[in-house]
Amino acid sequence: MIPDMGKHAIFIWSSYAIMAGVLGALIAWLIFDGRRQARLLAQFDTRRSKN
Amino acid sequence: MPPMQTQSITQKLANPTVFMNLSGAILPWLSGAAAIMIAWGLLIGFQTPPDYQQGQTVKIMFIHVPAAWLSMMAYVIVAVSSFGLLVFRHPLADVSAKAAAPIGAVFTLIALATGSLWGKPTWGTYWQWDARMTSVLILLFLYLGLMALRSSIEDETLASKLTAVLALTGIVILPVIKFSVDWWNTLHQPAGVIKGGLDPVFLKPLLISAVGFSLLFFALHMKGMRNEVLRRRVKARQLKEVDRAARQGAPA
Repeated sequence: MIPDMGKHAIFIWSSYAIMAGVLGALIAWLIFDGRRQARLLAQFDTRRSKN
Repeated sequence: MPPMQTQSITQKLANPTVFMNLSGAILPWLSGAAAIMIAWGLLIGFQTPPDYQQGQTVKIMFIHVPAAWLSMMAYVIVAVSSFGLLVFRHPLADVSAKAAAPIGAVFTLIALATGSLWGKPTWGTYWQWDARMTSVLILLFLYLGLMALRSSIEDETLASKLTAVLALTGIVILPVIKFSVDWWNTLHQPAGVIKGGLDPVFLKPLLISAVGFSLLFFALHMKGMRNEVLRRRVKARQLKEVDRAARQGAPA
């Protein structure tokens, strides 16, 4: 399924690894940040409904 | 005479609540479509034969070229959003500009890193200070500059306006990147995809991959905008609480 990349395999796999790593980190940050903001907003709204 | 009740699509979308509802429904489908298209493009790409000149390293093209395209498209979005903020005062324009900058920086970083790794076996060097590579590096610094400028100013309205002015000034880098390979003698090869210089066996996976990464970009941008809208709502509530506490604590 995955072809032999020959003598330049290190350059090819490194490129894909960097792409996956950097994009993965960006996606994780966006998901984490979204959850954090939603949690903070929910805390404010809960506090306001109690007062 | 009663006031006009009709709103244009732009006006409707300018409402953050409408945007949040609409984007919440679209985002899962957009993300799914992006994942399918990227997987499809890369799967076909990995089955292509080695290029007669570049051998197997041509497979780097399926991520390098979409990342390079998107690094510039993200800047167009930053600039158009900045224009929308300064001229039309569109409520979501600044949200869009702020969300697009780090995503653009990430795609620029991927384009530079994969280009460098492609350059070593192709040109014999990871880096050369030629016009194309240097101008893309400037684009990365521009993104970082936009983010640094925004975060260095406490007054958010002022930060938005100054960042928008810098973004509009910096748009001059886009034609420099695009035409650098024509204007100067560069190590980087001229654009061959649009002009039909690419064999269809490589063109098909490249276009599928490019569509996939573009969909991913829009999904990430939408998610970043949603986060920013939530952040502004949190900040508005924080300010309201501080204001209320100050009024309660103030002497009669």
